Amino acid sequence: MFRSFKSSRIAAIGLAVSLLAGTAGAVSAAGGDTVHPPRQSWSFSGPFGTFDRAQLQRGFKVYKEVCAACHSMKLVAIRTLEDKGGPEFSKGQVKELAATYTVKDGPNDKGEMFERPGRPADFFPSPFPNDEAAKAAMSAVPPDLSLIAKARSYERGVLLSLVDLVTQYQEQGPDYISALLNGYVDPPKGVKVEDGLNYNTYFPGNKLAMAKPLSDGQVDYSDGSPATVEQYSRDVTAFLMWAAEPKLEDRKRIGAYFMLLFISLACFTYFTKKKVWSDVQH
Amino acid sequence: MSDHSTYTPKTGIERWIDARMPIIRVMHDAGVSYPTPKNLNYLWTFGGILTFMLVAQIITGVVLVMHYTPHTTLAFNSVEHIMRDVNYGWMIRYFHANGASMFFIAVYVHMFRGLYYGSYKAPRELLWILGVVIFLLMMATGFMGYVLPWGQMSFWGATVITNLFSAFPFVGEPIVTWLWGGYSVDNPTLNRFFSLHYLLPFMLAAVVFLHIWALHVVGQNNPDGVEVKNYAKDTVPFTPYATSKDAFGMVCFIVFFGYFVFYMPNFLGHPDNYIPANPLSTPAHIVPEWYYLPFYAILRSIPDKLLGVLAMFAAIAVLAFLPWLDTSRVRSNRYRPTAKIFFWTLVVVCFLLGYCGSQPTDKVVLSLGGKKILDIAGFGAILTAYYFAHFLVILPALGLFEKTRPEPASIADAVLAKHQGQGTVAGAAHAPDRH
Repeated sequence: MFRSFKSSRIAAIGLAVSLLAGTAGAVSAAGGDTVHPPRQSWSFSGPFGTFDRAQLQRGFKVYKEVCAACHSMKLVAIRTLEDKGGPEFSKGQVKELAATYTVKDGPNDKGEMFERPGRPADFFPSPFPNDEAAKAAMSAVPPDLSLIAKARSYERGVLLSLVDLVTQYQEQGPDYISALLNGYVDPPKGVKVEDGLNYNTYFPGNKLAMAKPLSDGQVDYSDGSPATVEQYSRDVTAFLMWAAEPKLEDRKRIGAYFMLLFISLACFTYFTKKKVWSDVQH
Repeated sequence: MSDHSTYTPKTGIERWIDARMPIIRVMHDAGVSYPTPKNLNYLWTFGGILTFMLVAQIITGVVLVMHYTPHTTLAFNSVEHIMRDVNYGWMIRYFHANGASMFFIAVYVHMFRGLYYGSYKAPRELLWILGVVIFLLMMATGFMGYVLPWGQMSFWGATVITNLFSAFPFVGEPIVTWLWGGYSVDNPTLNRFFSLHYLLPFMLAAVVFLHIWALHVVGQNNPDGVEVKNYAKDTVPFTPYATSKDAFGMVCFIVFFGYFVFYMPNFLGHPDNYIPANPLSTPAHIVPEWYYLPFYAILRSIPDKLLGVLAMFAAIAVLAFLPWLDTSRVRSNRYRPTAKIFFWTLVVVCFLLGYCGSQPTDKVVLSLGGKKILDIAGFGAILTAYYFAHFLVILPALGLFEKTRPEPASIADAVLAKHQGQGTVAGAAHAPDRH
């Protein structure tokens, strides 16, 4: 009896898996021409992942000198650059950096708005006063970068998602962004790219408004890292991941303690339960 | 079961309270001396897990509300403020957001357990119906909660789901306008959803109280599906037996929960919800949260909008009639070889419906020689038909035709047979029953 219960359950699960695999297979065979970004290894992936400070600092430089010309990052405060688990710039560096920005403040006691140098407590000022101004200047509103690393992904399908859950692969966003920044190529023969659009291998639909933003040698690195598009895109992607999830290191560190505590508690409660039930046939 | 109390107040204070309001007696009878069938398996720990999840969601939710702002221009940023600036705000929010999913995982396990072991049958019909009400309230609460961060999926999910009501003739449009508080999903909608998202969990708690009350009147069902015949032989007191087992089950579930919160916090969410709501830009695919997907698939698999909406609600409503649709006199699928096969088929069908709900309707499922044979909409329609057939045709008919296996005479007999079957008679002899 117990056997047949088990075997019918296994058969049912087997059927479900094969059907899901079957549909997934049929779909991918019939599927479109989107190219999935290559999987990269990131210092912040996995259960004990942490950010690479030097990489975050380089990434910030790329953001500041290139991305920030068009993209806002409204939700990130300048002060957080010195927070633990982030780029960890020194207090002095952050103060100095904040002062290079001009921030609109007010109204003052005369009722007028005024401009002042930035302070660490300010949020990163946006390149355009509003979305309409951005659209007028750029033809499309460049998306805010505060959460972009968590707001982008690519389709993995049911079965791969389950594998991802176990292997903790959750860097689809960073992989996509980094691939996109490297994905500007000449359009294949017969593909017409309209004015104001650019061809990119990894962008869904392949045509996006953003022109190739990075080129070799564009940003000076003082730590001897290669000044290549590949390196820039990896660095700025890592920085954007931190901007989207600034408490990532805290989360993974506390997670380890949480697991240790509750797995020990599971052992403890298991043996308690075993002891309690030892005198009852059940 | 609750008619004889074994509580004896020991101290003067306890006697004083007991004479005025016997709250300690009620708690003792429900949580200590309550007789529990001794053959319960770990699937029975999910009731306790669900109670824990409800409390956890209310506590984290109350803290989140201290920092959240229900306004279309501020909601998204206030959630990010929680994630970035509130002390451990990221942890509280991830616990709450993933907690909703955990709540649903636990409730689905709990429901399928009830289906497998026939826990809805007399005298537990009302207990089961209260469970269906809880499930409905959970769905409403979860839906409104998902709207609060005011991301793209929040906004478009709310738009799609509230629009369903427009399918009803004559009253449809006025209902939708009334739900929205205007002519589109906007600030009034967000405000009322916030208010209701705070209210419904407390209504949920009240129905959970009734659910537990009903449970303590009729007693728990058990894997063998036979009623308790002899308290001394068939049951053990809730404490320490069920409490110690529930504690272990709950801690294991918390480990599972923690894995998501600390290591895969966005796995069950949608990346588009990290984009602020924009009424002018529709996402490529609007997908509800995973726990609604089977019902969403049922909705979409019927071409007529009104019939689709009715089918979706009927898919839940049919559960309330289950005690009378299942005509078999045998409760547990342990002794129903054919029902068991149909049960696992239903499980597979529900998973596949979930898959269909997550995919675009025109996606090809099956093609032969480049010719489309079946798309997601068609596949969903077949699965929907099977879902309803299971409850409306298979279960009623099965009870009349199925050749069931003999049930054990009592829980004690079932336990004894299990141990003899496994050849552990010697071990059992060393551990004679105390009860």
